Amino acid sequence: MNIHEHQAKEVLKSFGAPVARGVAITSLDQAQAAIDALPGPLWVVKSQIHAGGRGKGKFIEKEAGEKGGVRLGFSKEQALEHVKAMFGRHLVTAQTGPGGKQVNRIYVEDGADIEKELYLSMLVDRETGRVAFVVSTEGGMDIEAVAHDTPEKILTISIDPATGVTDADAAKLSEALKLEGAAKTDMVSLSKILYKAFTSKDMSMLEVNPLIVMKDGHLRVLDAKVSFDDNALAIKGRHDDIMALRDTSEEDEKEIAAKEWDLAYIPLDGTIGCMVNGAGLAMATMDIIKLYGEEPANFCDVGGGAGKEKVAAAFKIIMQDPNVKGILVNIFGGIMRCDIIAEGVLAAVRETNLAVPLVVRLEGTNAEMGKKIIRESGLNVIPANDLDDAAQKIVAAIKGK
Amino acid sequence: MSILIDKNTKVLTQGMTGKTGTFHTEQGIAYGTQMVGGVTPGKGGQKWTGKLPDGSTVERPLFNTVAEARDATGANATVIYVPPSGCAAAILEAIDAEIPLIVTITEGVPVLDMVKVKDRLSKSKSRLIGPNCPGVLTPNQCKIGIMPGSIFSHGSIGVLSRSGTLTYEAVFQTTNEGLGQTTAVGIGGDPVKGTDFIDVLEMFLADDETKAIIMIGEIGGSGEEDAAQFLKDEAKRGRKKPMVGFIAGRTAPKGRTMGHAGAIVSGGKGDAESKIEAMQSAGIVVSDSPARLGVTMTNVLKG
Repeated sequence: MNIHEHQAKEVLKSFGAPVARGVAITSLDQAQAAIDALPGPLWVVKSQIHAGGRGKGKFIEKEAGEKGGVRLGFSKEQALEHVKAMFGRHLVTAQTGPGGKQVNRIYVEDGADIEKELYLSMLVDRETGRVAFVVSTEGGMDIEAVAHDTPEKILTISIDPATGVTDADAAKLSEALKLEGAAKTDMVSLSKILYKAFTSKDMSMLEVNPLIVMKDGHLRVLDAKVSFDDNALAIKGRHDDIMALRDTSEEDEKEIAAKEWDLAYIPLDGTIGCMVNGAGLAMATMDIIKLYGEEPANFCDVGGGAGKEKVAAAFKIIMQDPNVKGILVNIFGGIMRCDIIAEGVLAAVRETNLAVPLVVRLEGTNAEMGKKIIRESGLNVIPANDLDDAAQKIVAAIKGK
Repeated sequence: MSILIDKNTKVLTQGMTGKTGTFHTEQGIAYGTQMVGGVTPGKGGQKWTGKLPDGSTVERPLFNTVAEARDATGANATVIYVPPSGCAAAILEAIDAEIPLIVTITEGVPVLDMVKVKDRLSKSKSRLIGPNCPGVLTPNQCKIGIMPGSIFSHGSIGVLSRSGTLTYEAVFQTTNEGLGQTTAVGIGGDPVKGTDFIDVLEMFLADDETKAIIMIGEIGGSGEEDAAQFLKDEAKRGRKKPMVGFIAGRTAPKGRTMGHAGAIVSGGKGDAESKIEAMQSAGIVVSDSPARLGVTMTNVLKG
């Protein structure tokens, strides 16, 4: 789960991280009070969307002007103008796709005197199975470009879970970031603060880009991007405070519905809807549709042990996508029973008055029973034997239409 | 020979009395696995009853702790179905009880919990498989986990995979080709896990009965790339077996988690194409289609 920049800063601040003063607004009438609450002389007005690249982005609406999603206000009046120009408008960045995202909240922040911009992020390093810091002197830039062009400028340090961040770890980070004086001292406490925040809140990613050295020599978190481990959030009571930060307006409606049914569902751009049991097989099903010349409309894993209602719900969510011209159901039942899938599919077909071709491939537990149920239903369902056969049939069926 | 498990393996079930634990313990017993008892805190001294597909009833003893269960039954393996909130603790308990093989089926274990588990694991003698995996199966001898036993046949192909249902595809196809399997190992879909490709490949290369190997990967992480390097190094030392591979997720969009917590292309790394390239450079014949794993293996073995 992602959260907005202003929320990420609140979370980090609660652990003692140095962030600027700022006020988030969710409606235009809150703007003046927010601006008045900050001392100036610089107000930084930031669009809050769940996507990066806001500074370099562009708004779709002409009224927003030519500037990006992060604007500097050198007076209260100018700050207010920026808020009015951006609020409610659609910001397109490298990460939003061409439709952009509507800016429904804005963060007004006290501007800083920047001496240097650095990069710091934290994640779980899969190679070592440990939490790692990734740091670079190349702050304020696209870190993937840095990783590609000048990888020697990035240092990764894994933290021993038995000790947490040691003074030696902090010293390595300071050295890599070429910190001196107050900034070097700040890093000793900041690295421990960030590690504590990351581990106690079950973050999956924390990115501070840039982490700045201010003209007074101290460090400040100028931007913060935080994602949380969905597995941890799903455990009731583990992070109620974080769950309260969820902004469903930033999520796709079908994905929200899928989550309520405990389904893994991701919308894509193609025309063939897929429903599969098991993530690997679901990905492979998408791949094989592409192999035969069409594009998948979605990823959908119904998981093992799903009941008739869950199967029907998955089917209906897939059908909500107006691009879907055909559906492929691919099930290899282990825990999943093919007769249950068959009943769920038929229930969904009847309830949605399915009008597009449907290919069903069943194998594994109770496969013969499942195939029989479908055969005897009288509904127009095309059976398939293996995955190649299934993909070829659905591609042919939608082309034939 | 098979690897990891055989008819002599004695298996405990942690989370035995839940619906999932009960169902799969019944299935394991029906397959002929030595399921010797279960661990459910608070139910020590009671009996677990199960019903087999043939209608007969079976009973097993229940214990409060893994250590008690191990002492009473001589178990050398455990399978864990404990839900995510208590799963890491269950794994740690099994590690502390020095159970040599721990198979964790549970999906949804927080990654940072697994970071703690890995740390304890590295200081122990236990092998952990999973979490978020379908388990391990040696045909006609032992079934730990949730794989459907009926699709297996005893033969010469070692199967290893991050995906449960893709494992079933590979097994089903190799059975239909008349090749059969020595052991199938599901290492699971999580980013931080007990066992990776290299560990299992090492075992398959050393196993005389395994004549060839099918390896199924997916986007995310560098397990496949590390495995490819390992295979190249082993080949230089004269250890090499025919291999067929498949990578799921060529069409997955960047930055999205595709079902499995570990299936994500992030930071420009972990995409399908580079994994396929790495595997091919190690001499693995990578199939474009998951429906042709068996046929590809037959062709590879024909030479």
